[in-house]
Amino acid sequence: MSHTTMNLKVKVWRQKNATTPGAFVTYDVAGISDEMSFLEMLDVLNERLITEGGEPIAFDHDCREGICGMCSLYINGKPHGPWQANTTCQLHMRAFKDGETIVIEPWRANSFPIVKDLTVDRSAFDRIIQAGGYISVNTGNAVDGNSLPIEKAKADDAFAAAMCIGCGACVAACKNSSAMLFLSAKVSHLALLPQGAPERKTRVLSMVAQMDKEGFGACTNTGACEATCPKEISISNIARLNKEYLGASLTAE
Amino acid sequence: MLDSKIPSGKLDDKWVDYKGHCKLVNPANKRKMEIIIVGTGLAGASAAAAMGELGYKVKAFCFQDSPRRAHSIAAQGGINAAKNYQNDGDSVFRLFYDTIKGGDYRAREANVHRLAEVSANIIDQCVAQGVPFAREYGGLLSNRSFGGTQVQRTFYAAGQTGQQLLIGAYQALERQVALGNVTMHTRHEMLDVVKIDGKATGIIARNLITGELEKHFGHAVLICSGGYGNVYYLSTNAMGSNVTAAWKAHKQGAYFANPCFTQIHPTCIPVSGDHQSKLTLMSESLRNDGRIWVPKNLGEIRKANDIPEEDRDYFLERRYPAFGNLVPRDVASRAAKERCDAGHGVGTSKQAVYLDYAAAIQRYGKIEVSKQGLTNVSADEITALGKEVVKEKYGNLFNMYAKITGENPYEVPMRIYPAVHYTMGGLWVDYELQTTVPGLYALGEANFSDHGANRLGASALMQGLADGYFVAPYTVGNNLADAIYNAAIPTHPAFEEAAKKVADRIASLKNINGKQSVESFHKRLGKIIWNECGMSRSEAGLKKAIADIQALKKEFWSDVRIPGDINEYNPELDKANRVADFIELGELMCVDALNRNESCGGHFREEYQTPDGEALRDDENFMYVAAWENKGEHNWTLHKEELKYEMIKPSQRNYK
Repeated sequence: MSHTTMNLKVKVWRQKNATTPGAFVTYDVAGISDEMSFLEMLDVLNERLITEGGEPIAFDHDCREGICGMCSLYINGKPHGPWQANTTCQLHMRAFKDGETIVIEPWRANSFPIVKDLTVDRSAFDRIIQAGGYISVNTGNAVDGNSLPIEKAKADDAFAAAMCIGCGACVAACKNSSAMLFLSAKVSHLALLPQGAPERKTRVLSMVAQMDKEGFGACTNTGACEATCPKEISISNIARLNKEYLGASLTAE
Repeated sequence: MLDSKIPSGKLDDKWVDYKGHCKLVNPANKRKMEIIIVGTGLAGASAAAAMGELGYKVKAFCFQDSPRRAHSIAAQGGINAAKNYQNDGDSVFRLFYDTIKGGDYRAREANVHRLAEVSANIIDQCVAQGVPFAREYGGLLSNRSFGGTQVQRTFYAAGQTGQQLLIGAYQALERQVALGNVTMHTRHEMLDVVKIDGKATGIIARNLITGELEKHFGHAVLICSGGYGNVYYLSTNAMGSNVTAAWKAHKQGAYFANPCFTQIHPTCIPVSGDHQSKLTLMSESLRNDGRIWVPKNLGEIRKANDIPEEDRDYFLERRYPAFGNLVPRDVASRAAKERCDAGHGVGTSKQAVYLDYAAAIQRYGKIEVSKQGLTNVSADEITALGKEVVKEKYGNLFNMYAKITGENPYEVPMRIYPAVHYTMGGLWVDYELQTTVPGLYALGEANFSDHGANRLGASALMQGLADGYFVAPYTVGNNLADAIYNAAIPTHPAFEEAAKKVADRIASLKNINGKQSVESFHKRLGKIIWNECGMSRSEAGLKKAIADIQALKKEFWSDVRIPGDINEYNPELDKANRVADFIELGELMCVDALNRNESCGGHFREEYQTPDGEALRDDENFMYVAAWENKGEHNWTLHKEELKYEMIKPSQRNYK
């Protein structure tokens, strides 16, 4: 296997903190191997900035295997960059060409305020879950796991929705900064399972109310969320959410 | 000798008796008692949820931006439970026995038995929470097998079991946040344990956004901060996984047990270059269907698919016919290293072996043909059908491999090599999960108790949730029953003192103002430990490593460069705090490895092996837990906990 190295320009959003205005800064990055991950390319740049006495670029990241949902980054106009069904940490440099300029921005959404540089605050997602994204079962109350068979197709659909990693790419991709895909994934996951049935109506009403309170925009069905979701959460979950919400609104006491 | 406070009585009855007799705290008093939980992975989130449900005032801390990010989320394969849903002979005893044997007879019987007992409750609890485990067409839960066992007791959710279990625990935790029972402090790092009269009474935590040091009181402090695998720099742990909370506890008097027991996982994607920041695991479940091999001939230059059957060495199947590709992790890793060291490695680095799915694809293809009643099927069609089945079972893992390496694992065998994955060692705890500091507990990977010298696959998730949901709520309560008269202490000189100490240390780190980055020190530390305290260790190597680490420590404290300010969001400063602790831990790991003059589980001393290269235990002299007490810089005292086996007779582990 032969590997190539490339020289790139990266244009990065730098912002000291939530209150100071930010700006783009362009850096030359040389000798990047196509085997590196995108974040390793930023590591190389940061290492250089530190040894030169500068300030490294702050960005969120943790597991670097595409599952924790901590990494973000708007790369060349796309959340998580050019690859389909992918997180930034799994994006590798063979996606880019020698001499290319790469533009890196943070998630842009009023509900995700900037902390520093490329790091944003996504605690709004936790608060949406607090509003009802769970099944109320205290530890020790459970019956035998096999006492309630669940149709395989339904269990698979619930799992497909539960794969959401809460990264916020759907919000970042949406021109309205809507959190409908995130919310619908959780509502679907729990509504599809018999265990979620008792709280089905209150859950959807309360989670939608919290989403609105956090200032996320409305859904206009552009499908940008589904197209960028690293876990390929289906937009059909939003249809299910609307159905659940309508049903609950009409029948709620 | 250390007292592990194991209840008397028959092994089967200990936990039942304990629960029947432990002290309780009445609901009105629980509301007055504050519990601090550091870390929100499976152990921490489940403990926070369970204790919140009981009515305690819980304060939980994590360094990530949300408790849902904790690295438990990355566990792929599954979670064990003695349900015997498969009717294949599983039982609490067998899960207990497999875990003790898998741990190479260095785990505590009473703890492991309790773990096996509560394992079934975990599955029930998770199903009730809505964890979407894999199911059969009949709607019942599906199982698969993992290394070191001969039954199918592993529950799973595709290759994302950890994610689904953590999301379940996270949701239970957020429910308690909404109810006001748990206060969640995200982007916070614990930087010291506060003690009053020798008892843990709180922590100093740094707000990672503002840099502010906060003082938090607690009637009990639970360390649930995971393992220390990142001491090697390259590991399958998340970038932020660290030993800091556990290490601060150690410096405050908690003994650190068996630090040299680290797990090197056999199936990871090999290192590709110096830029590498972390390693990625390919789930052990892949060994269910994949076959591991290397070329028989030295200097083989043919591509994998061009090498005929007779020129391939399926070395695990050859050496261990009974367990084959499903031998425990330590055995599989050493066997791969042995082949690579002998010159049979593959890939550009020659530090890799093949994990091949060609046979499985054919086998599944033929099953599909028969299932669907097809006739006149071409070879290509069989392959296509087989690939579909493999995709359904392992699709996400195969995709991940393809993204990282740029190769298609459905067409060519994957290249894999062992990598640091888990640490069996950790804070010493007694039967109640209490450390040697009263009021200070350790749960999950942060403690040492259940996996001995080697952990079996799918057991980490089980232990994290067992400790958090089903053990700590009883044992912590038992000790809190006597503390109901102690009101919460909002201020105390001990808090001021501890906060000042932390602030001074941060200032001195920042003021070094040297030339080298934190990352560069971490990389150098990792190389020393990987080379001398990794898959095989020797007296000479360990002695050299100790000297090298001591020198590295000096250099770190005189030449590290931390950009930015103290009182702001400063990830480099966070990292510096962690790496400073990793350096000290690294030394203790080597001290422990040097002390243990035997080979067992993940600890392989070159001087102690059987003629055919298997680990050679020394039960006469080393059947103990090595618990180290910190006595100042480079200075530790060894305390031993004797391991008594009442139920199981230790023997040489045999997977042949």
